[in-house]
Amino acid sequence: MTTSPPAASASTHPAPADPGTTPGGALLAAHDLHLAFGPTTALASASLEVHPGEVLALMGPSGSGKSTLLHCLAGILRPDSGRVTYGGRDLTAMSDVERSALRRSEFGFVFQFGQLVPELTCAENVALPLRLAGVGRRDALGTAREWLTRLEVPDVADKRPGQTSGGQGQRVAVARALVTRPRVVFADEPTGALDSLNGERVMQMFVAAARDTGAAVVLVTHEARVAAYSDREAVVRDGRVREQVRA
Amino acid sequence: MTVAPALLGLLQSGPRHGYDLKRAFDERFGQDKPLAYGQVYSTLARLLKNGLVEVEHEPGDGPDRKRYAITEAGVSDVAVWLATPEKPEPYLQSAMYTKVVLALLTGRDAADVLDAQRTEHLRLMRELTRRKSEGDLADQLVCDHALFHLEADLRWLELTAARLDDLATSVRG
Ligand SMILES: Nc1ncnc2c1ncn2[C@@H]1O[C@H](COP(=O)(O)OP(=O)(O)O)[C@@H](O)[C@H]1O
Ligand SMILES: [Mg+2]
Repeated sequence: MTTSPPAASASTHPAPADPGTTPGGALLAAHDLHLAFGPTTALASASLEVHPGEVLALMGPSGSGKSTLLHCLAGILRPDSGRVTYGGRDLTAMSDVERSALRRSEFGFVFQFGQLVPELTCAENVALPLRLAGVGRRDALGTAREWLTRLEVPDVADKRPGQTSGGQGQRVAVARALVTRPRVVFADEPTGALDSLNGERVMQMFVAAARDTGAAVVLVTHEARVAAYSDREAVVRDGRVREQVRA
Repeated sequence: MTVAPALLGLLQSGPRHGYDLKRAFDERFGQDKPLAYGQVYSTLARLLKNGLVEVEHEPGDGPDRKRYAITEAGVSDVAVWLATPEKPEPYLQSAMYTKVVLALLTGRDAADVLDAQRTEHLRLMRELTRRKSEGDLADQLVCDHALFHLEADLRWLELTAARLDDLATSVRG
């Protein structure tokens, strides 16, 4: 049985204002990014567009620059040169404070290993981004529980992350990423540590929930069966993107 | 069918006799099943009729004085074949292998050939994934079977893409 996503608790947490898109219809775009770690070139003229609400898979061999590109798009890393634009705004020109505010309000993240706070319960973990956005404790926890139910793991709400299975932990991480109704969710190998059955279930719920909320997803994976949940793929090779036409 | 475009591609490096052409094909692609002469000549006759090859008659009057040369229409025929992904199905490797080698031999971008195929594979994998999430358990199992096979193909495509430089050296060498 599937439940509908929790209502957009608009009273306690208004959805972010429409950031607008560039003339090409892109919500988020990387333009000609270059980035080196010492002698290692990670990005060599990488360009990419993410459109509102689409699920885009970033594929490519290990070491090709997928994670680095994702971190630049998300404003976690600053490229040596090139620009990242979100709506009409230049992320690369913002101050660190502005960028982290933007990350908190507009972006969500899912990593390979949940990166949940071990001392908090799962419900508290999911509530955390709402608390940081100023939502009161009771409302935040209520919304968090709704999300855990939506992802079919209501029983882990009062457990700590260490007491859950890998698949459950990733669903908690997905709930935490979506709870603020971000415009873009960045997921780096979100099923990389799961067996294929659990990985599939996480992908299915993740993508369905993201589509329900209208979030765009940038999904880094080297697995074709995971990428098959996307709307289109872009292949990263040697720090460059070979983008496929939109379906 | 890969024999006709493969013969055509092999002619792109220069005109050959039917016999030479068969040998070149067998050497590169005929590992387990060398071409029969009959098939070589019937294929060449069809290519001739379609204007994709032309015949050069050599002076003298021994047998097999005909040399086949690719025409401009033939060259674009090869290009179209290389750019058109194969219908994804298990065991397409031999067709893909032939395409990759011929792309390298004729100086075209083999990475493009692999990318086009990869896109086609992922397109089908998406469709199966969608079907799977809407279907019952039986649908899921059927789709998963196909998905695992397509995934294996994709791994081969990826591995080949990573080895293109080596393959180019060995093909041209
Ligand atoms: N923090 C870092 N310090 C040094 N080298 C790094 C760092 N992060 C990534 N790299 C290097 O940059 C290249 C791209 O890495 P990455 O973006 O992680 O690739 P992928 O995610 O596709 O596996 C690799 O050669 C990697 O070793
Ligand atoms: Mg990575």
